[in-house]
Amino acid sequence: MNEAKSSDPRTPDQIRRSRNRVLALSLAGFVVLVFLISIAKMG
Amino acid sequence: MTTTSPSHTAFLPADWRDLLALTKPRVMSLVIFTGLCGLLAAPERIHPVIAFTAILCIAMGAGGAAALNQWWEADLDAGMKRTANRPLPQGRLDRTTARDFAGVLCAVSVFLMGFAVGWLPAAILAISIIYYSVIYTIWLKPRTPQNIVIGGGAGAFPPLIGWVAATGHVTAMPVLLFAIIFFWTPPHFWALALFVKSDYAKVGIPMMPVVAGEKATRHQIMIYAVLLLPLSVLPWWIGGTGAIYGISALVLSSLFLALSIRVGLRARNGEDDAMKPEKQLFAYSVLYLFALFAVLVVDRFIVL
Repeated sequence: MNEAKSSDPRTPDQIRRSRNRVLALSLAGFVVLVFLISIAKMG
Repeated sequence: MTTTSPSHTAFLPADWRDLLALTKPRVMSLVIFTGLCGLLAAPERIHPVIAFTAILCIAMGAGGAAALNQWWEADLDAGMKRTANRPLPQGRLDRTTARDFAGVLCAVSVFLMGFAVGWLPAAILAISIIYYSVIYTIWLKPRTPQNIVIGGGAGAFPPLIGWVAATGHVTAMPVLLFAIIFFWTPPHFWALALFVKSDYAKVGIPMMPVVAGEKATRHQIMIYAVLLLPLSVLPWWIGGTGAIYGISALVLSSLFLALSIRVGLRARNGEDDAMKPEKQLFAYSVLYLFALFAVLVVDRFIVL
């Protein structure tokens, strides 16, 4: 582990959970966007 | 390109903040702004959701290209004070993750643009990504001091894509917006390169001040600023905009030219020179582009 990383107080699990939350939100946003695009295209 | 990331960084997962930093969010803000201005200044209106998608795709494409740039230049970035704190040189991310993240962003941006907005803006977006990450980053930047001139085209694409997303076709106006950013880029970057010269020289990037010398660079800054003045007023002259834009462009570009001439006619006053005129030109150049594109949109919505 390098110095930059070891100064991070979070555990690997916390970092992974935080990243996965952002990924889940991004995917949910993408699904909503595709739905809205479909509505806009049909309108 | 060589791999320098410490192998033990693989023990820690990539933090989303580091992935976000790969997309160069500060540069992206200018890309989003000019893309949005191109879209809003276009004479045709599209559904707000489609417009939002177009801007999102422009942002993702720019972010993906920036991430590819950082993936390729990680070793060079490590040698420059300005870029040494980026996630890859610091070892906070491994290069494979950075490359895959960049690839996904680029692919999603192009295909989403194609399916949701149109294949012409998607094709231009794909060209802009290749232009920045391959033609500029891999090919020109390490080889020629003209790297900024031709590579500057990459940053000129967003208003063109925004306009084409709204209208569906390429006309003189979006090409002029492209040309304005194209001619703005060399004085903007060379002003920066003049006061961070030692960093570029250290990692062997042939920036104009390093290869051709400061005097030639200052001369070139003036030439581009002279060309930018009539070019920025051209949209008004061809009837693409109204007087609000025309007069504002004249004033903004005249000031840009004045600051460029001040930089062009001076010489570095020893190694301790604070390079204030160069820093002022660089700061004003950012403000100039924001202001010019803002009045372009204001002009579209306010008819005198």
